[in-house]
Amino acid sequence: MKKDRGSPFPAWAVLIAFAIFAALSAYLGFEPGTRSASNFLSFVKSMTGLLPPAFLLVGLFNVWVRRETVEKHLGKDSGVRGYFWAIVLAGTMVGGIYVALPLCVVLQRKGASLGVLLTFLNAAAICRVPMTIFEASFLGVGFTVIRFAVSIPLVILTARAMSSWLGEGFRITGSAGNKS
Amino acid sequence: MIIAWVLAVLLFSLSWLTDTERSIEAARTAWSLFRRILPMFVIVLVLTSLSLGLISEEVLLELLVGKGLLAGSAIGAAAGSVAAIPGFVAFPLSGILLGKGVPYTVIAAFTTTLMMVGVVTFPLERQYLGVRAALVRNLAGLAMALIVSVAIGVFFGELP
Repeated sequence: MKKDRGSPFPAWAVLIAFAIFAALSAYLGFEPGTRSASNFLSFVKSMTGLLPPAFLLVGLFNVWVRRETVEKHLGKDSGVRGYFWAIVLAGTMVGGIYVALPLCVVLQRKGASLGVLLTFLNAAAICRVPMTIFEASFLGVGFTVIRFAVSIPLVILTARAMSSWLGEGFRITGSAGNKS
Repeated sequence: MIIAWVLAVLLFSLSWLTDTERSIEAARTAWSLFRRILPMFVIVLVLTSLSLGLISEEVLLELLVGKGLLAGSAIGAAAGSVAAIPGFVAFPLSGILLGKGVPYTVIAAFTTTLMMVGVVTFPLERQYLGVRAALVRNLAGLAMALIVSVAIGVFFGELP
């Protein structure tokens, strides 16, 4: 487990600065400042209501659905079922395109067709279950349902169009890491 | 909000009865994910609170909707294409904006481009797909995102 402390300002420093700003605003009667503070409190309140179940669902998904199990189905099936498994596999992804692209290289070696791979790549951007849990929690299930219903057919169509444009000989190369 | 709790409690109990050890692992995964995202979360919350407090909600809404849904969605799509923030932060932020009166159409333009168009990740994508294919994939992503936001707009009655 590596911890990433990427941000130049540690979060606690930002929080303390904000608290001082809020206190000063309250003391001086600076209305935009106090409004910011009350905004912050109401946001924190609504987050604490939704974040615990959302993260718990993501955790459950992580331990119960193993990516490797789904991965086996790809490569062999290149018909309609290939597209189905491409979307299911995308659903199990946690990272975005950083993880999906290297996986594409592996799957292409295993014999997955370009249309299936491009479907997987785009679906990995929009169908990841952990992300979808957050979307449905904060924007509503209706929002998620419509988005899925509209974007999945589009993703498949685009992938098919792109693969016939690029030709089946097109290779997704792992030139970023290992060129074989 | 209640659905999320009910679902989480129900599934966790089910998981607990099936395999206690795995359930503990699930809770641990959830906690470590949360810890990892927390610093960014705090910073985004503070910035959002400040910008909503200092700029005033009227001005922000004017910027995002005052010029019409098209201009608002264009701003949303531009922000979503350039930004590289994880969904764990983006969706709560979108929920806040939604609560402040930003239309679903604009939110959809932001979240879908965030997922499908990656200006920041383009150099990486180019290494795998080549410039042409990567460019086409991103442009197609942008087009799909716009279609999705129109559909969302129609669904929520914001568009005729």
